[in-house]
Amino acid sequence: MSSRRVLSYSLAINEALHQMMAADPAVFLIGQGVKSPWYVGNTAQGLRERFGDDRVIDTPVSENAITGAAVGAALAGMRPVVVHPRMDFMFYAFDPIINEAANWYYMNGGRLSVPVVFWGIINRGGEQAAQHSQSLHGMFAQVPGLKVVMPATPYDAKGLMVAAIRDPNPVVFIDDRWLYRREEPVPEELYAVEIGRARVARAGRDVTIVASSFLVQEALQAAALLVPEGIEAEVIDLRTIKPLDKETILTSVEKTGRLVIADGGWRTGGVAAEVSALVAERAFASLQAPPARVTLPDCPAPASAVLEQAYYRTGEDIAAAVRHTLRSGAGG
Amino acid sequence: MDYPKDLLEKFYRQMLRIRLCEEAFVAPILAGEVRCPCHLYSGEEAVAVGVCAALTARDYVFGNHRSHGHYLAKGGSMPEMAAEIFCRETGCSRGRGGSMHLIAPEVGMMGAAPIVAGTISLALGAALAAAIRKDGCVAVTFFGDGATGEGVLYESMNFAALRRLPIIFVCENNYYATHMPVRECRVDRPLYEIAGPFGIESCQEDGNDVLAVYEAGRAAVEKCRSGEGPVFLEFLTYRYRGHVGPDDNIQGSHTDIRPPEEIERWRLNDPILRLEKYLRERQIMGEDETSAVRDEIAREVAAAHDFARRSPSPRSEELDRYVFA
Repeated sequence: MSSRRVLSYSLAINEALHQMMAADPAVFLIGQGVKSPWYVGNTAQGLRERFGDDRVIDTPVSENAITGAAVGAALAGMRPVVVHPRMDFMFYAFDPIINEAANWYYMNGGRLSVPVVFWGIINRGGEQAAQHSQSLHGMFAQVPGLKVVMPATPYDAKGLMVAAIRDPNPVVFIDDRWLYRREEPVPEELYAVEIGRARVARAGRDVTIVASSFLVQEALQAAALLVPEGIEAEVIDLRTIKPLDKETILTSVEKTGRLVIADGGWRTGGVAAEVSALVAERAFASLQAPPARVTLPDCPAPASAVLEQAYYRTGEDIAAAVRHTLRSGAGG
Repeated sequence: MDYPKDLLEKFYRQMLRIRLCEEAFVAPILAGEVRCPCHLYSGEEAVAVGVCAALTARDYVFGNHRSHGHYLAKGGSMPEMAAEIFCRETGCSRGRGGSMHLIAPEVGMMGAAPIVAGTISLALGAALAAAIRKDGCVAVTFFGDGATGEGVLYESMNFAALRRLPIIFVCENNYYATHMPVRECRVDRPLYEIAGPFGIESCQEDGNDVLAVYEAGRAAVEKCRSGEGPVFLEFLTYRYRGHVGPDDNIQGSHTDIRPPEEIERWRLNDPILRLEKYLRERQIMGEDETSAVRDEIAREVAAAHDFARRSPSPRSEELDRYVFA
C-alpha cells in the first residue's frame, strides 16, 4: 500500500518538487547549487533531467538579484521556488524578501499577490562557525505578509512544500540538514499539509513542550527520558511558525498547566518569546508555573566542537527544563 | 524619419498629461492636502513616453520612487493615480501605497517601489518568466543614476546577460541622486558603459528628445523579442523639481543644491517644447491644435483631482486587509 512507502526527509522534499513541477508548468526551481548535491543534498535530484534548464536554474552567487528575480517571476504569474542552501546567505536577499515580496500585496492594495517560496536550508554543526550555522526563522516571523513553515518530519516536509508552492503568498520554507536522513512512511500521492496548523506529536498530561523543526525530535526524546520519572509530556510540533496555531498551543497548556518552549533560534525576541507571551496573555490562569524557554543563547555560533556542544540544545536540556518547571510554581 | 501624425500626437498628449498632472500636485502638496512623499517627474516625460510607446500592454514595466510618469505612460488610470496620491480607497493601491506605489497590472504596470534599485531584480524575474514561457513579452526596469551605486543592478545585468533575458535596463540619468550630483557619486565616465563588461549592448541618448527615446526603445524591444536581449539604455534628462516635493532645490534656497543657470538651461531644452516646435515646423500640429489638446488635458487633470478629493479614505476597520492574499 502506498502510504507504507518509506521516504527520507530530503527525498520527501524532492518528491514534492517533482510532483508540483509536473502538475503546474508555472512552478520552477532556481538558486545556487540546484544541480549540485554538495549544495542541496538529494532534494533536487532528477529535476533538471526531467524538467530542463529552463525550469531548474542553477545560478551565479547573486542572492539579492536571484531572489528578486523569483519575486518578479511570481508577480508575472509563475510559482517559483528559490533555494538558499545556507540560510546565512539569505541576509543578502532581505530586500526582495521583506521590502518587496512581503509588502507587495499590501502596499498595492491587493492588486498583485506574490506566490513565491523562499526555501532556506539550515546547515550547521561541524565546526562551521557563525556564518554557516544560523537560522533566521524568528526574524522572518516578525515580518507581516510572510508565512514561515519549518517541517520536522518527512511527511510534513513534502506536505508543507506542496502547500507553500500552492499558497498565493510568499512563504519561507525552512528545513535543517540534520533532518535529511530521517525516514518514515510518506504517501506517494500529492498532498498538502495545511499552513498554520500545528500537530500534537505526543499526547501527555503534565507539561506542554512546544517545539519546531529538528527540536521536535529532541523534545520527543526528552519526553521519553521523563517517562521513568512518571512525567507525561505533551509535545506540540508547530510546523508553521507564522501564522502560529494559537488554539492548539492554548488548548494543550490549559490541559497541562505548564509550558516549555524549545526553539532553534536565539533567545531575545524569538519564537519562544512569542509563544511564551501568547500563553501569558491568553492562558495565564491555567499556568501553574512560569513558562520556560530552551533556546540558543544570545551568542553567535562557535566553531570549536566543545563550544558547539555547549551551544546547541538537546533532549537533555529540554528534559531539565521540564523538571525545573514541575518543581516550581503553585502546583509543583 | 517620418512618423504618422497619430503617433506624434500621442507622444505630445502623453507628455503633456504627465506634465500637467504632476504640476497639479504642487498646490495640494503645499496646502498639506497631499502628504505622502511625491517625487515629481516634470522634465523627464520623454523617457517614460518614448519607451512605453515601444511596448504593448502585455509587456512589463517596473518603476521606482519617481514613477507617476511611468504609470501614466504605460496606460494607468489618471483618476486612480490621483486618488492614490491623496491616499484614498479608490486609488490604484487602495490608499495603502501612496505616490511611491503605483500599480496597474491590467496594462503591465507591475508596480513601483522607492528602495533604490529594489525593482530591478523584479523586472529581471518578469523577463525570466517571459523566457520560460516563451511568450515574447519584454520587461523594462526604470531606475535613476543613483541606482547605479547599488550592487543588485550588477548582479541583475550579469544574470540577464547570462540567460539572454528580454529585459531593458532604462537608466534615467537626471544628474542627481537626491542631493548628490552624479559627478560626486562616480568617476567621470559615461554611465551606459557599465553594461559593456557584462556583454550587454548599451547606448546613451538624449532623454529630452521623445523621438530619439522612442527609436532607442523600439530597437531595444525588437532585440529582446528576437532573443537578443538584454539591452541597457541611458537617457540624459533633468527634473525641474527637487528630489521630493515641489521644492526646486535652487542654490541659495534652504535646500541649496542646483545652480539656477543649470535649471534655466534645461528649461530651454524642455521635451514638450521641443516636440511642439517639431510639430509646428513640420506643420503637423499648429498652435490651435496644441492649445486645444492642452485645454482638454487640463480638464482631464482637474476631473482626476476632483475624483480624488471626493473619494473616501480607507476605513480604519480595514487596516490589516491585504496583509495576506
